[in-house]
Amino acid sequence: MAKRKSDVGTLYKGSPGQWSWMAHRITGVAVILFLFAHVIDTAVVGWGPNAYNRVTAVYHNWVVRLLELGLVAAVLYHAINGVKIMILDFWPSTARHFKVLSILTSAVFVLSMVPIVWIMGRDILDLAFRWNL
Amino acid sequence: MAARTDTRIAPEQPPPSPRGVLGYRAGRERPAGGWELWTWLFMRISGIVLLFLAVGHVLIMHVGGEGVSRVNFAFVATRWSSPFWRTWDWALLSLALLHGINGLRVVVQDYVRPVAWRFAVNMLFYVVGFVLFVLGTVVVFTFAPSRWPGVAR
Repeated sequence: MAKRKSDVGTLYKGSPGQWSWMAHRITGVAVILFLFAHVIDTAVVGWGPNAYNRVTAVYHNWVVRLLELGLVAAVLYHAINGVKIMILDFWPSTARHFKVLSILTSAVFVLSMVPIVWIMGRDILDLAFRWNL
Repeated sequence: MAARTDTRIAPEQPPPSPRGVLGYRAGRERPAGGWELWTWLFMRISGIVLLFLAVGHVLIMHVGGEGVSRVNFAFVATRWSSPFWRTWDWALLSLALLHGINGLRVVVQDYVRPVAWRFAVNMLFYVVGFVLFVLGTVVVFTFAPSRWPGVAR
C-alpha cells in the first residue's frame, strides 16, 4: 500500500506553518522569561559597582554563555519569522508563496547564525577548555 | 418531509479549519475587531520597531566587540553617559515588556482554560511586567555613576 501523505503537512496533520508557529511561540516565551531576569540583573547597576560587577561575573561562565548563544538565536528567529508573519498578514496574496517564504525565513536565520556561532562559540570554547581559536 | 430528507443527505460540512481562511497558520489569525484587533496591530507595529531595537541590542551587546565579557559597571557608566543609549534602552524595555506580556496573554488564552486560573496567571504576568517596567525606568533615568567616584571616568 502506498504511503499516504497528509495534504496539510507532516506533523499530526498540522497545517502549513505549524512548525514555525510552534518555534515562534517557544522562542517568544523563552525571550520574555529571560527579559524578566535581565531587567532585574541590569537594575542592580543602580546599587553600585560592587553589586553590579558581582552580577555580571555570572556571564564569565561558559554554561551561561551557551545559554546566551541560545538567547541570541531565539531573538533572531523570532525577529526573522516575525517579518514573515507580517508579510503574510499585510499582503495576504503572498500566502500563495508560503513555502518559498518559509524556506527564505529559515535560510536567512541559518545564514545569520553562522557568523554568530563562530564569534560567540570561540569565546565559549575559550572559557570551557582554554581553546584559543 | 422534504426538509428532513435534505438535512440527511446534505454533504458533511468540513470541520472548521484551524489554519483559517488563508490556508496557513504562520501567526495569530487577525481578530475581527475591537480591543483584540488593536492588540493584534500593536504586536506587528511594535514588532517592526523591536526588529531594530532588540536585534540591534543583541548584536551590539552580545555579538559585537567582546560580547558580554566587557560588560561591567564602568562599561554601563560610559554607555549611559549618552542620552541616546538611555533612550534606546528605555524604549526597548517598554516595548519588549508590552510585546512580551501581550504574547504571554495570547499563549495563556490557548493553554489555560479555567477562567479563574487564566485571570490569576494573566494578573501575575501583568504585575511582574508593571513592577519591572517601573524598576527599569527608575534605574535607566536616575543612574548617576558620579555617586561612586573613581570607578568610571
